[in-house]
Amino acid sequence: MSPVEQPPTEASAVSEYRRREQSITLSALGGPAVESTEDRGTAMTQELLTLNFGPHHPATHGVLRLLVTLQGEVVRDIKPIVGYVHTGIEKTAEDKSYWKVIPVVERMDYLSYYFNAMAFCGAVETLLEVDVPKRAQYLRVIHLELNRIASHLIWLGTSALDLGAVSIFLYCLRERELILDLFEMSSGQRMHTRYFQVGGVIEDIPTGFDAKLREFLKVMPERADQYGAILSANEIFLQRLRGICPLDAETLLSLGVTGPLLRAAGNPWDLRKADPYCSYEDFEFKIPVGTVGDNYDRFAVRLAEIYESVKIITQALDGLPEGPHITTDRKVALPPRHELATSMEALIHHFKLVTEGFRVPPGEAYFPIESPRGELGCFVRSDGSSKPARVHMRDPSFVNLQAFSSMAEGAYIADMIATLAMLDPILGGIDR
Amino acid sequence: MPDATGLELIGQELGDAVLDTVFFRERATLVIDPPSVRRVLAGLREHGYSFMASLHGVDYYPEEPRLGVIYELLDMSRVDRIAVKLRLPLDAAEVDSAMPDLPQDPGWPTANHQEREVYDMFGVVFRGHPDLRRILMPEDYEGHPQRRDFPLGGEPVLFTFNDTDLPRSSA
Repeated sequence: MSPVEQPPTEASAVSEYRRREQSITLSALGGPAVESTEDRGTAMTQELLTLNFGPHHPATHGVLRLLVTLQGEVVRDIKPIVGYVHTGIEKTAEDKSYWKVIPVVERMDYLSYYFNAMAFCGAVETLLEVDVPKRAQYLRVIHLELNRIASHLIWLGTSALDLGAVSIFLYCLRERELILDLFEMSSGQRMHTRYFQVGGVIEDIPTGFDAKLREFLKVMPERADQYGAILSANEIFLQRLRGICPLDAETLLSLGVTGPLLRAAGNPWDLRKADPYCSYEDFEFKIPVGTVGDNYDRFAVRLAEIYESVKIITQALDGLPEGPHITTDRKVALPPRHELATSMEALIHHFKLVTEGFRVPPGEAYFPIESPRGELGCFVRSDGSSKPARVHMRDPSFVNLQAFSSMAEGAYIADMIATLAMLDPILGGIDR
Repeated sequence: MPDATGLELIGQELGDAVLDTVFFRERATLVIDPPSVRRVLAGLREHGYSFMASLHGVDYYPEEPRLGVIYELLDMSRVDRIAVKLRLPLDAAEVDSAMPDLPQDPGWPTANHQEREVYDMFGVVFRGHPDLRRILMPEDYEGHPQRRDFPLGGEPVLFTFNDTDLPRSSA
């Protein structure tokens, strides 16, 4: 499929059907001998063609524009052009008090909104030195991992769609609905939930959430098995992925790539294990890694991560500690509703928090977490007022996109599409 | 993060390039002299900080010098982070790019998009960057929107009906 050198595959990987197909030659059947493709139309294929790919193209997963230089069907150069959905969220954040920034940063990487909120809240909590109660941390882990599954489901569905497997898209969205229903149950919103607050989460989970989540945890691994069975045994799907556009871990690291792409190349770097935040050290899970770092490994690593996320959620739900769901520091978190009727002090705190917001000591913090796409870091600078002086997101899609040309140069244009799908860029996160 | 003593040691080792060390909320920051940025980054790479996790631009208005560039370095084997900060005045906002492959220093290819973003948003020019263009704003955009004195909002939205009335297209 690709001019990129194929890694040696075992004989068993080639199916019986494929071997029989390859053994047939046209001359043996009495037809015309296949002429060498080398001399046919050389003049045409040597010419370079610059193709404008996107921004409005379903296979670019958003409004990404690629200036692709082609030689025949082989990609020789790719220049990504971004900025079409730049909405100035970082600028907007500087004009809002800290707790009002959460809804806007959630809209950056629109498939992993809990992660954006987590990175921002984590950075602000570092500056405030506020302790997050254990129950809130576990609730955060549950929602983060549910969100990771939802994000991977969208990735799997749209990627399979790019490779011609339409049905899997519908299956993935079916499971994602279950997750969105859970989000709606805990926060009232299906997307961009504003569930995470500085110091904890806005509300405890309602009755019935536990049962519904357990139902989902039972269903999800079975469904992921089905996806694996549909795709991993599909010859066309495997041919489009195996050995296509690999990139070694060293190059990926120098380009700043993290997340499933790096793990597919065999480097088990995962911030949840390496530098645990939000009580991830309490849970037992494995980090799926690939071997060669081709598109198949990128697919397999993400699919395996769905199972690990289910394991983490199960442990967090079983071990969910009792206690407050948000910090009791009244200077940071709103007092409970019932206190407002009886306590003057609670009323003052409520008024101060809602009108001005809390003030944060001057300083700078960088809080990195493992998002579904890699290291998502939030840099917050405070000048001592109730509004952040600078909010910057190190978005993994923005950095990972730099590796795209190294991956896809020298491959066919059809493989470039598959590679872009496996790169999983979210343009809302890239452009912010 | 290296602890406060570790940070001091690294600071002393790098010599007079380091103007100050800040240890705040478990975060270690080296404040450096802008011309020596490549030397400091290469020195830290030898210390094991071989992964550039992020690069931010900051506007410290009304403090002087106004602009700041922060490099977040990471040592993956010891899981240790260190930040390198340099400050630039508005009228001479120029610093060496971290990207180019120099004889003694292989450079940081990951800085490509991020330096372009800082250039776009703050107007910091990275000398030696192979492709320093705006990345998020349109190519013909005037001004650097993340600066603190850049107003929020109030910009007319371009539609087909007011295409000819807007200053950008009539100029």
